[in-house]
Amino acid sequence: MASMASRAAAVTITNAALDKPSHGSSGNLSQRSFVGLRAGLVLGQKKENLSLSFKVEPTSRISMAVAVDVSKFESVTMAPPDPILGVSEAFKADSSPLKLNLGVGAYRTEELQPYVLDVVKKAEKLMLESGEFKEYLPIEGLAAFNKATAELLLGADNPVIKQGRIATVQGLSGTGSLRLGAAFIQRYLPGVKVLISSPTWGNHKNILNDSGVPWSEYRYFDPTTVGLDFSGMIEDIKNATDGSIILLHGCAHNPTGIDPTAEQWGTIADVIEEKSHLPFFDVAYQGFASGSLDNDASSVRQFVARGLELFVAQSYSKNLGLYAERIGAINAVVSSSDVANRIKSQLKRLARPMYSNPPVHGARIVANVVGDPSLFDEWRSEMQLMAGRIKGVRQSLYDALSSVDENGKDWSFILKQIGMFSFTGLNKNQSDNMTDKWHVYMTKDGRISLAGLSLAKCEYLADAIIDSYYNVK
Amino acid sequence: MAGRAIARSNMRAGKRFMSTAGWWSHVTPAPRDPILGVTEAFLADTHPSKVNVGVGAYRNDKGKPVVLQCVREAERRIAGSKFMEYLPMGGSVKFTEFAIRLAYGDEADVLNDKRVASVQTLSGTGACRLFADFQKRFKPESLVYIPIPTCHHNIWRDARVESRLFRYYDPATKGLDFSGLMEDVKNAPSGSFFLLHACAHNPTGVDPSEEQWKEISQLFKEKGHFPLFDMAYQGFASGDTEKDGQAIRIFMNDGHQIACGQSFAKNMGLYGQRVGCLSVICSTPQESVAVKSQLQQIARPMYSNPPLHGAEIVSTILSDPELKDLWHKEVKEMADRIISMREALRFNLEKLGSKLNWQHVTDQIGMFCYSGLTEEQVDRLTREFHVYLTRNGRISMAGVTTGNVEYLANAVHEVSK
Repeated sequence: MASMASRAAAVTITNAALDKPSHGSSGNLSQRSFVGLRAGLVLGQKKENLSLSFKVEPTSRISMAVAVDVSKFESVTMAPPDPILGVSEAFKADSSPLKLNLGVGAYRTEELQPYVLDVVKKAEKLMLESGEFKEYLPIEGLAAFNKATAELLLGADNPVIKQGRIATVQGLSGTGSLRLGAAFIQRYLPGVKVLISSPTWGNHKNILNDSGVPWSEYRYFDPTTVGLDFSGMIEDIKNATDGSIILLHGCAHNPTGIDPTAEQWGTIADVIEEKSHLPFFDVAYQGFASGSLDNDASSVRQFVARGLELFVAQSYSKNLGLYAERIGAINAVVSSSDVANRIKSQLKRLARPMYSNPPVHGARIVANVVGDPSLFDEWRSEMQLMAGRIKGVRQSLYDALSSVDENGKDWSFILKQIGMFSFTGLNKNQSDNMTDKWHVYMTKDGRISLAGLSLAKCEYLADAIIDSYYNVK
Repeated sequence: MAGRAIARSNMRAGKRFMSTAGWWSHVTPAPRDPILGVTEAFLADTHPSKVNVGVGAYRNDKGKPVVLQCVREAERRIAGSKFMEYLPMGGSVKFTEFAIRLAYGDEADVLNDKRVASVQTLSGTGACRLFADFQKRFKPESLVYIPIPTCHHNIWRDARVESRLFRYYDPATKGLDFSGLMEDVKNAPSGSFFLLHACAHNPTGVDPSEEQWKEISQLFKEKGHFPLFDMAYQGFASGDTEKDGQAIRIFMNDGHQIACGQSFAKNMGLYGQRVGCLSVICSTPQESVAVKSQLQQIARPMYSNPPLHGAEIVSTILSDPELKDLWHKEVKEMADRIISMREALRFNLEKLGSKLNWQHVTDQIGMFCYSGLTEEQVDRLTREFHVYLTRNGRISMAGVTTGNVEYLANAVHEVSK
């Protein structure tokens, strides 16, 4: 026991030498004494697993004579199925030749095939030929990628970059970057709430929950207009405690496709400034939404130009089609380079015990594409192609709806919405009808993925929507 | 700019608890990574004889990084792939199936019974973190025991699982403190979680013998402890993947329901690709499905799904008999080179007439050698001889070459005689 105690003392010193985790339950870890043995009651354990159910005084010892045979994981329940995956699976199982998969979250060509960008193929070919090493990246990721991604976001000439006021850490696509940001918030702004739009991408809630960050919602989608509930949004942001964090979609809001106008962004920024909130942008579609990298970053750039500090999570899943390689970044735009350096060092400290250092392949692809002027131009063209196809499909769907609809409903929200997704305004029953009667697969919130729609199918889809909207309550 | 002035005055007037200096005045700079510091200092040194034995990645006899031939060939084969869409949350099924066959053996009962839950992870670290979060979620009151020394503290700390230490390395013998280990295992509350290094312990290079593993396994059975194996060097340690997996096979055959985190960073040289696998042996196929589903739930808000490229390389190699043979050959070459450098280092130290016992240099296994040098001796090595290593005296044998082993031995002898 004595030797355990001396080891325990060494542990306490080690933990204290680290940056104090500060606040919350993690703080206890560095202060808790490790002397002696403890066994706690494990909640929810079945009777057979009571090997863990002894309360022991700190200085006494208990020795267990007999092990138990029951699995340690008997209490593990089946996780709920992923709602979106369920859509794809049901689609696969459907044998109707009319079936349409509008649940898919990845771009498809007009032939409804997956699309690997030409520039990606070229970049990979270059990488293969140059025979690069496969050494560990630094914890913060590939330097060339980090530089490129910050410049793409803010514009290469942005004074913020020159002044070193942006901390960039390569992350595991949008999810991983959001997670680093959330983990940082939990550690350095414990108790501060993040406001998310209603609705928002489902995984936002999971990320915040698993990070231990409290959240609430601000009004966003207005079902009566199938547009933005701007006054509701502003009111909710105003009513939040000063110094809250506001999670904003930089462009191509997921799942609604509804973005604020430039003027509305200005008002949002006003309120955020007034309330000393911290904006946290999720930028998953830069270049993919309008076809222009600069246009799609205008909301973020507007905020930055006003001198606001903010966080940005970026993803290259859609705009470079690098879904599988998990490439993105978490950025902090702050008031000084000293602050940026400190934040970067702490983001690294959060990443290290998660995955040590990020994967190299996707980062190299981005760096190669952006670093070569002709590849970069070609990338811009391909983005315009993808965005253009989506816009074309929106137009075609709108035309078809307008011509089929005998009641003169205004379907123009389809044209106003932007990006991969569209909120049709259909309710759950109506969405079910879409699937059950028309073999159109979508999520129950009425969201369709334009990426999964071809021009050829627009008329069929219009028929399905009109039928569901008018004939199903 | 007016906007900025307004922002600042609003911050000052703000009612939140933030300091008026802004949001981040309380964010201190993180402590510098000690290993990175070694590399940086080495790079900055212009001395012609400088030696880097702090590096944690394999180097060939010319001191250069290596990409295996089997990897290059696999890359060529998968180039021009038409598939870049999201993997499932649990990663590539093809990859995990090959990975667990490697870990447990092709004919393992647990595999035939389909009761191994497996998910692709961000290399070894990702596997440990996923397990730590899973442990926190499903055994919230449990502790994890980690060996002294090891590199895993931060993972369980960030997962908010309390950790305890168990004795492992004996500085007196520079070998295993077996009796200390067994005593700590015995004294731990029954049903505790233990992190074990399957082979080539990092950072000491000290592994239990086969007999010792068997005894440890028996004691674990008596205590109902849960063994989590971190296997980062399968094949890289002895040159033989079966031999390096022996601890896992012993525990598995004794009926333990183990978990295993595998990494392909070293044994396939895929460091930057972040390829790993976490597997959990369950009691029934249904349970393994449930466990996998819960591991996926943890992965989803961390990174959604793991990266494809590295997993494709591994699958391509392990699914092709020729490539797999080539890999076995190449990993043995790496292991053999390391072993021969251990022999050379020890031989040279003894030849120089060192009165110290250097047997541990060849007894220890894998990439690292815990030399037993003190911090002062390490500092002298660096200052006087331009030899770079971490201050715990850990020598990376991967950085030793036929070209520098005599110089290194001489330096070590000089500071330790």
